Amino acid sequence: MKIPYYPGCTLNTVAKDFDTSAKESARAVGFEMEDLEQWNCCGASFPLTPDNIMGLTAPAKVLSEAKKAGDRLTTLCSVCYNVLKRTNKVLHDDKARRKSVNEFMEDDYDGSLDVVHYLEVLRDDIGFEKLKETVTKPLEGVKAGAYYGCMLLRPFDDIGIDNAEAPTVMEDMLKALGATPVDFPDKIECCGAHLAMNNKEVVQRLSGNVIASAANEGAEIIVTTCPLCQYNLEGTQESANADTPNVPIVYFTQLLGLALGQDAANLGFDNNGGATEKFLKKKGLI
Amino acid sequence: MPRIGVFVCQCGNNIEATVDTQKVADETKKLPGVVHTESYKFMCSSPGQDSFKKAIKDNKLDGVVVSACSPHMHEKTFRRAAEAAGLNQFQCEITNVREQCSWVHHDETRKIGTDKTMDLTRMTIQRLKKNRDLTKITIPVTKRALVIGGGIAGIQAALDIADGGQEVVIVEKEPSIGGNMARLSETFPTMDCSQCILTPKMVEAELHDKISLYTYSEVEKVDGYIGNFSVTIKKKAKFVDESTCTGCGECWEKCPFKADSEFELGLSKRKVIYTPFPQAVPNIPVIDKTRCPKILKDKCGLCAKVCGPQSIDFTQEDQLVTEEFGAIVVATGYELMPNKDFGEYGYGKITDVISGMQFERLASASGPTGGAIRRPSDNTEPKNVVFIQCAGSRDEKRGVSYCSKICCMYTAKHTMLYRHKVHDGQAYVFYMDIRSGGKRYEEFVRGAIEHDGAMYLRGRVSRVYEKDGKVIIQGADTLSGSQVEIEADMVVLATALVSRPGADTVAQTLGIGYDKYKFYNEYHPKLKPVETVTAGIFLAGTCVGPMDIPESVSQGSATASKVLALFSSDKMAREPITAEVNKQTCNACWDCVTSCPYVAIEKEEIKDRKGNVVNMLAHVNDGLCQGCGVCVCACRSKAIDLNGYTDEQVYAAIATF
Amino acid sequence: MKIKLGKEDIDSSLIQQIERVSGETIKRCYQCGNCSGGCPVSYAMEIPPTQVMRYLQLGMVEELMASNSMWVCVGCLQCFSRCPQSVSVANTLEGLRQLVLRKGEDHDRIEDIPLPMLKNAPQMAIVCGFRKFVS
Repeated sequence: MKIPYYPGCTLNTVAKDFDTSAKESARAVGFEMEDLEQWNCCGASFPLTPDNIMGLTAPAKVLSEAKKAGDRLTTLCSVCYNVLKRTNKVLHDDKARRKSVNEFMEDDYDGSLDVVHYLEVLRDDIGFEKLKETVTKPLEGVKAGAYYGCMLLRPFDDIGIDNAEAPTVMEDMLKALGATPVDFPDKIECCGAHLAMNNKEVVQRLSGNVIASAANEGAEIIVTTCPLCQYNLEGTQESANADTPNVPIVYFTQLLGLALGQDAANLGFDNNGGATEKFLKKKGLI
Repeated sequence: MPRIGVFVCQCGNNIEATVDTQKVADETKKLPGVVHTESYKFMCSSPGQDSFKKAIKDNKLDGVVVSACSPHMHEKTFRRAAEAAGLNQFQCEITNVREQCSWVHHDETRKIGTDKTMDLTRMTIQRLKKNRDLTKITIPVTKRALVIGGGIAGIQAALDIADGGQEVVIVEKEPSIGGNMARLSETFPTMDCSQCILTPKMVEAELHDKISLYTYSEVEKVDGYIGNFSVTIKKKAKFVDESTCTGCGECWEKCPFKADSEFELGLSKRKVIYTPFPQAVPNIPVIDKTRCPKILKDKCGLCAKVCGPQSIDFTQEDQLVTEEFGAIVVATGYELMPNKDFGEYGYGKITDVISGMQFERLASASGPTGGAIRRPSDNTEPKNVVFIQCAGSRDEKRGVSYCSKICCMYTAKHTMLYRHKVHDGQAYVFYMDIRSGGKRYEEFVRGAIEHDGAMYLRGRVSRVYEKDGKVIIQGADTLSGSQVEIEADMVVLATALVSRPGADTVAQTLGIGYDKYKFYNEYHPKLKPVETVTAGIFLAGTCVGPMDIPESVSQGSATASKVLALFSSDKMAREPITAEVNKQTCNACWDCVTSCPYVAIEKEEIKDRKGNVVNMLAHVNDGLCQGCGVCVCACRSKAIDLNGYTDEQVYAAIATF
Repeated sequence: MKIKLGKEDIDSSLIQQIERVSGETIKRCYQCGNCSGGCPVSYAMEIPPTQVMRYLQLGMVEELMASNSMWVCVGCLQCFSRCPQSVSVANTLEGLRQLVLRKGEDHDRIEDIPLPMLKNAPQMAIVCGFRKFVS
């Protein structure tokens, strides 16, 4: 099974590990992610005001390109997923805005693409039962907290990947990998996102709350689907004045790759200030 | 030549504002057959009716048209007046020139309204010329009432009907009557114990010689019409012989198997043979056949062994009985919204987040804790309790758009009960508005705040989560504009009142209407609040919408007065608007029989002088026919006509337009 | 604080413009406070979310424009997600931001962003930030 794939800017650069571990894992469980031939930045934020047509053009271009490659498009980054899925819905449901966008772009994309997250492919196409059978190195004894953040879940009516208040898709995946998922109250709270640019105080407080909440429930490692969450959480831990517990933050595909037997050296566990490697060594996994 | 009178009502200014009624009267006077016309300010007033009656007598009128408001309002008034003046009342016709004309036109010159009124009136005149004298149909009345639902509204209705000397059957689907009220601890605003005021009524209903209780039973099928309903009731197998069981309790004492108690809302267990609560009426247990090992796999049977009077009968089966009733009172009640969908409130996930009804059980002396407030997770006394109002109510997105009406009051009551039982405890209430309209209700809420120290916070709660054995509440106090976080031991959700599951099926069985929330529709929300559009079927209590105990009781009594009025004579008269078959042209294709929604058309045997059946023809049962006209349309040979709305009348009206 | 309220303040043309741009109906809000309760950045807002909607209902746009609320809102949509009336304060605040940005008034300058941040941060942070703060 081949699925067209939109990497997005961040996964092409600072979050390369996220990208490679996902592709490798996909192959192991039976599907192939094919990079779109041409793609551009999605805009990294879905325009919340409906009269902002310009904000829809970048993601619309991506969707239009993707449609040439097939009827489905998969992606990994929470923000890309959110922007593409919501834009696609607008283009599908809202005739007026579809017309405006298409006129501007001299295109005729109709919103008929099915935008799915990598986790949905794992859950709905492959199945966690099958994934469990594919695991070669079960992550026994790893207490992992799944951190969803905002963009993977909200707004529910547009995204609908899982229950917006009590999602379980990542926990279910972690269970299949042999790990012990740890539920924590702040798993759907915001990390501070783009305020990283100009409001460090807010980011440190919000990300700090998330880490503390996970640690309080016994999580030894936090799993995320978003490079910005990863950046904010890790940055908060590293900053000198942050009074937060030291919990490694990784992408869910890094643990997935590890459980599927990929070489740990290629999974990028080194970019977590050494904490991740130390933790995984302690657990006897690398 | 007919002698017709036309009366055009001004309805104060309601019609006159856009219709020149005098002009209508003057112009109409010129029509053939019209001998008298007049315009008057209020035709429905006493002087208006007097002048109406006088005109009929003076002019020897044989038909009258009143061009006024909707026939729903005053058709009865004028027909009665016409009859008093010596006319057959079906020679009086109403033209609706208010709702369907003056109110919808805003033409200042009054031309549109006046022209249209003249058109409509002319049509009625032409129609009237084809009217025949009709006489009301009398039908026998079975003086026996069915009350569906044995909660407080149903019990009240049954007691009042029975006290009026008429027979009543209460059908209750649970093993005991009592309904939701039996679960309550104390009641607002008087704080009397719910069971103390309810159980005497339950016992009275059981002992009343005019009342029969069919508990653990459901209505399966309803046929017939007002005065003559035929109802099939399913009596579910109790596996206990009601005639010999003494209710001694030996069986449920000894039964070794347990299940979650429905009555206690999962807060405690009951046995597999059980009565829902100690004061159950009747005090006869039932066996839960989905869990009884004797029934499932022929193991155990201990209850039968210990039963003195040998009342246990594992071979019992559900029984269908069909009985006749003259009227039906629907009092099926409500339930609380199942709130597992409220993820952000942690209901279903956090053990110490409970519903208002569960709190009632905790506070109740007969409840699982004997009335001590203990939180479910570890049975300790909660020192901080947060009450969240409008959980599901006034929430279009995840719940219901309406206000559940009673939660403000019962939450205030909960805070009081809590403080009375846990003296050093603190209650917090998150509310949006305090709706305390009712006698002594506002004073009651103030008492909760000022005397019993409940901390009221104006705002909704956004999230409830668990942390280190505490329940953390994250909300807002909009009056100070701040976020509020409270570390509580227990949370009580004032969850929305919703209709019972299956309320729509019951409505369809009965042929009554319901809204999008499956609450039953009144005939008229203000003026006929306990009637339905189906004659002979009445509504009481929370199956209509959220209401408190006094309202439910009032409605129960109101339905009883309606039923007793209906039962006051042996026969009742009804409108003769029924279909009639022309035996000359009926070709017995039976399309009418298949199309009739009321099963009112029978195949009649036509016999010769010797008694041999020579033909079969359609025949309409006047008692069953509702005058809907479906058969008229279905009949290929045009052999059916509808009295009062004959083809001749309708065509005459259309032809003049 | 005392406000003078008149017909011209309620549903003014500016309020109508905000409704048009944001796609939100201001009077849908019935002030329950859920948004303020769940907003992760409510604590840092000079005017918290519930009050934002109230200010708009009262036509007090100037006070809102002068406050930091629209620049602190991170758009996590928790307010919308739990709003019983399906109102999005996030969309409303983005509407207000748009009014400012469309006049060419930037809230941030690229020169002010520290170099290490520009080098290490995920591009998405910068792109998103610029969309929210720069015209």
